[in-house]
Amino acid sequence: MITTTKPAPRLRATARPARGSRRPLRTWVLAVTAYVIAAIFLLPYLEMLVMALRPNSELGLPTILPKHWTFSNFTTLWSTGLGGSIGTSLEIAAGATVIVLLVAMPAAYCTARRRFRGRTGFLLLVLATQMFQPAAMLVGIQREFINFGLPPTLSLVIVDAGFNLAFAVWILNAFFSSIPAELEEAAMVDGLGRVGALTRITLPLAAPGIVTALIFTFIAAWNEFLVALTLSLGQPPSQQPLTVAINNYIGEYSVDWGHLFAAGLVATVPVIILFAIIERRVVSGLTAGAVK
Amino acid sequence: MPAIRRLVPLLWLGPAIALIGVVVLWPVVVMVQSSFQQIGGEGFVAGYNGTTNYDNLFHEPDFVSVLLRTVVWVVVVVAVTVLISLGLAQLFHQKFPGRQVTRWALIIPWAASVMMTALIFKWALDPNVGVINVILHHIGVVKQLGSNQADWLGNPTSALAWMMAVAIFVSLPFTTYAILSGLQGIPGDVYEAASIDGATSWRSYLGVTLPLLRPAILVATLINVVNVFNSFPIIWEMTRGGPGYETSTSTIYMIDLKQSDVGQAAAMSVFNFLLVIVIVLVYLSTTRWKEQVG
Repeated sequence: MITTTKPAPRLRATARPARGSRRPLRTWVLAVTAYVIAAIFLLPYLEMLVMALRPNSELGLPTILPKHWTFSNFTTLWSTGLGGSIGTSLEIAAGATVIVLLVAMPAAYCTARRRFRGRTGFLLLVLATQMFQPAAMLVGIQREFINFGLPPTLSLVIVDAGFNLAFAVWILNAFFSSIPAELEEAAMVDGLGRVGALTRITLPLAAPGIVTALIFTFIAAWNEFLVALTLSLGQPPSQQPLTVAINNYIGEYSVDWGHLFAAGLVATVPVIILFAIIERRVVSGLTAGAVK
Repeated sequence: MPAIRRLVPLLWLGPAIALIGVVVLWPVVVMVQSSFQQIGGEGFVAGYNGTTNYDNLFHEPDFVSVLLRTVVWVVVVVAVTVLISLGLAQLFHQKFPGRQVTRWALIIPWAASVMMTALIFKWALDPNVGVINVILHHIGVVKQLGSNQADWLGNPTSALAWMMAVAIFVSLPFTTYAILSGLQGIPGDVYEAASIDGATSWRSYLGVTLPLLRPAILVATLINVVNVFNSFPIIWEMTRGGPGYETSTSTIYMIDLKQSDVGQAAAMSVFNFLLVIVIVLVYLSTTRWKEQVG
């Protein structure tokens, strides 16, 4: 005879046992609290949208929302030369991302697969550089790269690549380590060869790690402000990256808040969407797996 | 050919070592060198001048107050960030409808450039029309728009408090996610054992969860200490460290010095850098990075 006296396995999976009708109420309280907190995190950036849609004639009015709405800040954005800055930011972010991937992938693969002298030392160096930020050595960066005499855009590509290498090495190392070497060996036995095993087996399996490293580097280089400000000082606005160019809307006596926030939205919305894609994996790369 | 075999890893690691060398290590050498040189406004090196830059730096009338302010800035921002994040992580660890959407809202200040966030708050605190002041005026906290009371960023104490709030706001997402990730690593049966032993939820949090979260909290704290110490965009956009140097931290002070005396700014950088080194050494000795790569 089959009876139904077995405890429901579902109960074991929850941290605390369900207590009748209290559970839906508790869930609701949690949910509403979380919605309020989410709104607090979202509101400052919604204010950016409200300001971008506010007519210039209403900039001096102390009202929370404008009486009229306008798109003119967006349509006239391009005449303020923002297109050039977007191009410069894209060049810097894409350039830094390509360099980071080309440099980090072999290093991460080699340290994941082989045990050799100096391996620990190398990983320690990488981890240490993650804690060093450009702000702490700005004078050195500025003097070194001015001596090189490179165009500011190229200098920024190299600097952004260098300071974001650690994250990529770390997250790719974790992904390559999780792929069994036997898988590659089996593929090689099946006649794929070493290169074939790498490109057909290992790289596709490590794809989530590669995408995370790619997006993270892109966002970091796109958002970087201090070194960009230092190295692109005195350049024409169209050759300054977006973060620096946005500050040109701040004049000595007045601020063009409408254009500033319209440009700010253009700079911010794409990276928020990109970041949402890698949200779950980014912490392990930043903390060297120390919290997992 | 064992000697050649031993050099093979160098082919794989070489580009990474070269990049770190050029971008991270060499600037440190240049910086230390510059700190012993007399450097003119255009970056022209007039020659070595021993420890003059350091002597001048330590005798700057603002030096001590800037350092003390930096300590307060770092301690308050990191401590409040970690405390709030512990609560947020506990909340976002629970299951409720729409959790993923709320998590996406949480990451916005992390993904957006800190400079943009600082500019939003600078605007919102405008004494005449800023939206925070307008709301505070509506509920009666700010008596009159455009008054000294509404000029939060003009008064060093209130300016520092608001900038700390912004720094906490942008540090919360990473810290919460780091602690969340720690929470997810705690197996469910640990709680079961605790509840069989009769522990209440608050006692099981203090006795079970918090000790198990120790590594996550430690790493998040140290990474935040370095980030907050090096933080530049918030103070630079909101007050430029002024009036005078009354809202400057050592990073802002160094960047301001760079405009007038590069050599002395380099000395300040070396000083800041040594502080960061100490934090990094603590970080390396506390993280379990060796376990991941071992």
